[in-house]
Formats: sequence, structure tokens, C-alpha cells
Amino acid sequence: MSDQSLAIGGLKVSTTENNSIMKKNNRMIDKAVYVLIYLSASVSVLLLIGIIGYVLVKGISAVTPEFVTTVTSAVKGTTGIAGNIVNTLYIIVITLVLATPIGIGSAIYLNEYAKPGRFVRLIEMTTEILAGIPSILYGLFGMVLFGITLGMGYSILTGSLTLTLMILPLITRNTQEALKTVPLNYRSAALGLGTTKWYMIRTVLLPSAMPGIITGVILAIGRIVGESAALLFTAGSGYFLPKNGQWLSKVLESGGTLSVQLYLSMSKGQYDTAFGIAVILIAIVLIINLITKLLTNRFNVARSANVARSANVARSAKKK
Amino acid sequence: MVKNKIEVRNLNLHYSQNHALKDINVFLPEKEISAFIGPSGCGKSTFLKTLNRMNDLVDGVRIDGEVLLDDENIYDNRVDTTILRKKIGMVFQQPNPFPMSVYDNVAYGPRTHGLKNKAQLDEIVEKALRDAAIWDEVKDRLKKSALGLSGGQQQRLCMARALAIQPDVLLMDEPTSALDPISTSKIEDLVTQLKKDYTILIVTHNMQQAARISDKTAFFLLGELVEMGETETVFSMPTDKRTEDYITGRFG
Repeated sequence: MSDQSLAIGGLKVSTTENNSIMKKNNRMIDKAVYVLIYLSASVSVLLLIGIIGYVLVKGISAVTPEFVTTVTSAVKGTTGIAGNIVNTLYIIVITLVLATPIGIGSAIYLNEYAKPGRFVRLIEMTTEILAGIPSILYGLFGMVLFGITLGMGYSILTGSLTLTLMILPLITRNTQEALKTVPLNYRSAALGLGTTKWYMIRTVLLPSAMPGIITGVILAIGRIVGESAALLFTAGSGYFLPKNGQWLSKVLESGGTLSVQLYLSMSKGQYDTAFGIAVILIAIVLIINLITKLLTNRFNVARSANVARSANVARSAKKK
Repeated sequence: MVKNKIEVRNLNLHYSQNHALKDINVFLPEKEISAFIGPSGCGKSTFLKTLNRMNDLVDGVRIDGEVLLDDENIYDNRVDTTILRKKIGMVFQQPNPFPMSVYDNVAYGPRTHGLKNKAQLDEIVEKALRDAAIWDEVKDRLKKSALGLSGGQQQRLCMARALAIQPDVLLMDEPTSALDPISTSKIEDLVTQLKKDYTILIVTHNMQQAARISDKTAFFLLGELVEMGETETVFSMPTDKRTEDYITGRFG
């Protein structure tokens, strides 16, 4: 065995010939693997930096105050994407408001209430398949169901409902995985104290699973922001701002997100605009990531607020 | 005559095809410490869990027979397990504090049962921590995470958490098996102290521990209750050959 492994190392030294332990440098394969792994890691980092850098260089000149605060208008002679930014935010917010509670709820059901068995496995398998369906299929389905059958037409609502279907499996799966990582003995500890199941879930399971759940939500936001195929025929490509403060009825109007507008600009050969939109998209994704991180911390602070009250016990004890 | 806090009659427990507890009959006197000894897998932990219905959480468990707590059958359909478990607290083998502050861990039970008044909570938390002999070690770090405590401290915290719901009965499932000798002796002292207010059941692998702290000892083997009696009697002149073999270390 040892003869063989030394031979693989590229050196045919018999163990009996040389008993020295100073052979670290003979481990050629280890070194080669180390270099390869290091290279792989560098490639991914360089790719990210390269793409962001390229987009910034090509697109930053298109990003002017006018570009982000006006809408494209032949009359005024402006080129802007303010409408698309607003549409994107609309669709993110509405989709998350719809999908997050349903996704977390179904994950809690599957993990904590349903008896493990064929039915649960069927649901889990379905969820996985749903997560892998190409988004254009969701677009087709959403257009026919919400847009035509339910008469919502091209609207932000149609788009949001379609995306809700699309990201629901993502949020459900992530929440399930997060719940599975919560140690079983937290559950028995809580139930052994006589909590109801729901109280246990609310006070122990969900807080412990929160980082995983939030990761799922961030991934979902990524998919929403990056989606174009599922939205083109559901939310449409409207690029106007809500008129005279009619923020609510805007939901029933057509609204193209940044990614949809990016696609349209590219298909018209307007590469300057396209790269400008790309810069804004990257910025939005980064900002949303930051906000979510901050929210996670807020959440932790909310938990330790109870804790802060407990300081009183310590203080009253010292008085005695 | 001491009153029996818990009476177990003809208890049988099946786990799928496996007959895990066979026709158990036990009387547990109030405000005494009863120790359950026996080799691994003999059913003593399973038996402990039938007393606060923690086995309900395991799929495929079937239980026949009666467990009476103050003359009420805990397996009656009308039983609210929430109230049952408030009366019968439990300390587990592995210390399992919640990922919360020391204070919130102890206040968890009372809060579950609807107590919101801060002054009352403060009082209960302090009393429970003092009763569990850990107050002096944690009083300055009540708002820090309980996960930062040592294993022995965590286990005493878990005892405080169980005491904070003011149960009548305390079930302890090998509470010292994961602890060092010093922490173990602290827990043992504590259990002896708690006897004046609580009926205590302790499952242990450590026969010296059973001999040191318990009033009654029961010996389980292969799902059967072989023998139960005064601890001194069980250890000095057991009536069953199997008990004698086990406690003298000649077993199998």
C-alpha cells in the first residue's frame, strides 16, 4: 500500500530504503489539488468582478439623474426608466406579501403537522418539480389564468400572481430545510413545558429557522428581479409612472420591470439604455440584500428586547 | 401513610411490533425520590415518557393500561396534555436550553401558561434559578445567551426552567449522564433538596447515584419491571436473582 501511494506521488522510494519523515514535499497530488481548487475559487470571484466591472464601465455613463427620474417620452425627448423601477418594486412587494406567508405556512404544515408518508413525499416531489419548471411556462399559465380567464389583463397584479406561483416552491423548500435544522430537543423541551404546538413553533422554531427562511426570501427576490419571460405576457411592458398619485390603481395597469425593459431595449438594439438598466438592476439587488440583512438584525434585536427587560431582575437583586 | 402521587396499572406499550413495556404496575409515593435503573434499552426512559405523554409525539406507539395522577387517568380522552405537562415537568438527558437568554429560558414556561406580569415573572425566574442552585452563577448574565453556559450550568438551567412552571412531579431522564463529577454532585444535592416540595422520578445508569439519592428503586429489564422497593432493601437484599446479578455487576 505505502509503496503504491509513494509511486503515485511520482517518486519511487521504497519505505525500507529511506525512513526519514521529511517527505512533505513529496506530496505532489496534494499540492496539485490545492492549486486547482485555488484556481477554481479565483475563477468564480474574477467572473463576478469581471461582469460587474464590465457592466459598470459600459453602463455608468447612461445613468444620469434624468435616466432614473423620468420616463421615456418622445414629446419631452427624454429616455428614462423611473416607471420600470417603480414597477419592479411593486412586483417585488406584492409577490413577497403573497408568497412568503403561504410558503412558510405550507412548510410548517409539511414539517410539523403532516404525518410523514406518501402524501408528504408527493407534495415535496411536486414542489421540487415546480421549482424546476422553466419560467416561460409560468408566464403562459399566468397569462391564460389570471390575464384572460380572470380578466386581469396585462397588469402588475397578473404578473405578481404569476411570480407568486413561481417562487412559492422556492420559499417552501428553503423554509422546510431551515426547520429541519432546528434540533429535535428544542421541540421536546418546549412541549415538555406544556406549550401548545403553535406556541412552540412561533417562539422556538421560527426564530431559530429565521436565517434560513430569510435566505430563501433573498433568493426569491433575486428570481423576481431577474425574471423577464414570465412577466412579458403577464405584467406587460408599460413604463409610465402612476398618474396623479393613483398608486393603488396602478396595480391593475400594465407595468414592465427593469428586466423586461432590458430585454426590450436589447431587442431594439438600444445597448446604451440596456447597460444603464443593468447598472440599476445590480444596484437594486445589492440594496435589497443589505435591507434584508438589516431586517434580520432587527429581528434579533426584537428577540433580545425581552432579554433587556430581564436586566431588572439583576438590578433588583443587587438592591437587596 | 404516604399518598401515592402516581399509580401505574397494567401498562403496556407497543412500538410497532415491539412490545417495549410489559404489564407495568408501579406506585410512586408523593414527595419521594424514585430511581429507575436497568441496562440500556430496557424501557426505563420509555416508561418515564409515558408519565407525561411525551410518547404521544412518537409515531406508531400504542399504550394500554392506566396511569393515574392524583386519581385521574392521564390517558383519558379529555386530558389536556398542556395542563398535564405543567403538572409533570421534565428534565432531559442532554441539556437542551433554548437559543435565548438565560432569563427567557426560565420565563418560557410561565409565559406559555399566560403569565405576562413582569414583576411576577422576575420573581419566578429568580426563585427557580435559586432553587436550581445556579442563581449566583448567572445573576449577572441573565440577558446573555444560555448557550454560553457550561454543560453542567445548562443542565441546572434546564432544571430551573422545569421548576419555573411549578410542577408537582419532576421527571429526570439520566440528567447527569452528560456531565462531569462536580456538576453531577451539584445536581444530586439539588435533587435531594427538591424532595421536600416535589415528587421526583429519576432514570439513571449510575447505580451509586440511585443508592445515594433515592428512597425507592425500581429495576427494569427487557421491558419488565423486575423489582421495586425501598432503595436500601433493593441494594442490600434484592428478592430477584436478576436484580442481584445486575447490581453486583455480574450481569450478562
